[in-house]
Amino acid sequence: MNKISRRKLITTGLAAAGGVAGLGVAAHIAQKYGLIPPDHGGIYGLGETLTYASQRLLTRHSLAREFSKSQISKRPFPNEVEPPTDEFKRLQAGGFADWRLSVSGMVARPASFSLDQLKSYPAHTQVTMLQCEEGWSYISEWIGVPLSHVLDVVGIFPQARYVVYFSIEPDTWESIDMADALHPQTFLTYGMNGAELPVGHGGPLRLRLPRQVGYKNVKFLTHLTVTDNLKGFGKGLGGASPEGGYAWYAGI
Amino acid sequence: MPAERAAWYHSRVSDSAYVASGASAVPAAVPTAIATKTVTSRHSALVRVTHWITTLCFFALLVTGAEIVISHPRFYWGETGNDLTPTLFKLPIPASRRLVPTGYKYVLPDANGWSRYLHFQASWVVVLTGLLYAISILFSGHLRENLLPGKADLSWPAVSTVISGHLRFKRPSEAEAWSYNVLQRLSYLFVIFVLFPLVIWTGLAMSPAFVSAVPAAVNVLGGQQSARTLHFFVSLALLLFLLVHVVMVWRAGFRSRMRAMITGTIITGRAGTNPAGSNTERT
Repeated sequence: MNKISRRKLITTGLAAAGGVAGLGVAAHIAQKYGLIPPDHGGIYGLGETLTYASQRLLTRHSLAREFSKSQISKRPFPNEVEPPTDEFKRLQAGGFADWRLSVSGMVARPASFSLDQLKSYPAHTQVTMLQCEEGWSYISEWIGVPLSHVLDVVGIFPQARYVVYFSIEPDTWESIDMADALHPQTFLTYGMNGAELPVGHGGPLRLRLPRQVGYKNVKFLTHLTVTDNLKGFGKGLGGASPEGGYAWYAGI
Repeated sequence: MPAERAAWYHSRVSDSAYVASGASAVPAAVPTAIATKTVTSRHSALVRVTHWITTLCFFALLVTGAEIVISHPRFYWGETGNDLTPTLFKLPIPASRRLVPTGYKYVLPDANGWSRYLHFQASWVVVLTGLLYAISILFSGHLRENLLPGKADLSWPAVSTVISGHLRFKRPSEAEAWSYNVLQRLSYLFVIFVLFPLVIWTGLAMSPAFVSAVPAAVNVLGGQQSARTLHFFVSLALLLFLLVHVVMVWRAGFRSRMRAMITGTIITGRAGTNPAGSNTERT
């Protein structure tokens, strides 16, 4: 080994060590500021992390575009839903009077809300677009209570980082970070275009999240859990979609 | 062919040990080859590396883009559109989702999950690569010297000469191995500074989170579905560029141009020992 190659070896080694240390520091900072998505592993982790981190830096408080009532789609496409479960049919037969949304996890006062209780809170409306990852879209007026209101009622712990939400449909669940959970347009939606939310669109209760595409807007909502870690849920990827090969963060 | 290799080694590598090892595999025709062929550096390392990263990403984006489109091969103009609304146009293909009214009785396999992951990952890589390229060509002189056409080249007689040459399927001149002609320059500038920014913009305009921060990005395009339709057409324009690019490289001499973009050097002149080789080594 001559001198030049030794020098090269040393500089290369130092550069590599510096690079690894730099990446380590960057990862630490990213983790601290919540810029790492739960599906950051695997071959697409790099792109997913860059997307999520840059979106969080750019869009933490930005509002989804709202439209005028004249722009509401005359024919909103409800998309396919699984055949209703017996439990759903029973609740539907009773006019959803027994429908409950239970809230648990890192909250001071775990609770179970009826639809009437949710409707007793100040109703908010938004005229926003629902976009499917397939490419189609429609604009509707959505009526509901902001999720942040219900989280205030139950009192979330300061260390809360995610809200995991479940449908009455088996194996249908997703999660969002607190930036989205506390976002003023994230609704527990029970109404659409001046009427009850139709079953095809997720009635009686749907999570409305206009800054992310359709599959994060889970229909037939029955349960929320507040947590600081997604590892305990399913495979730890934060939802049924990432377990099925779709990105956890769907704001694109 | 051995003569050509020898020329390549000699003019490129000054390290004596390297030449010795190369020369051991080369017969005695070396001096003739040096006399008749010259090896010139053609593409910088940065241009070559960014070119191939872009190529790789382009194929990833093309395949995954097609995968995503087949889940809803219908296009609209304005803000919204879905299976229940009229279309601007439909692609005459089956879909990968059951509810799309395509007229076909079968449904293609769905691959949107990994396609979307890979589409956005390749977008990141190609955008960062493109930024590196765009910034560096401003400072390296590549933009000024090799891409911006000279005033004289932009005159109508000069341009029409190049166009008529293309229309008559004339092989490129020797000089074009060294430098781009005016049509190439304008095409590359159009792709780099018009089509790439447009495809990025129309892509971002489809993102509900991005446009929540920058609503003008989608509003000036006429709506989210307009952005999707434009994204499709800009992608088609890029695909057309790719096809023409590959055909032109083929006609100019596939091996020499590929070598230029891989090793960075181009060989001009003809090997005295092997004139037949010039058929495939057209430069």
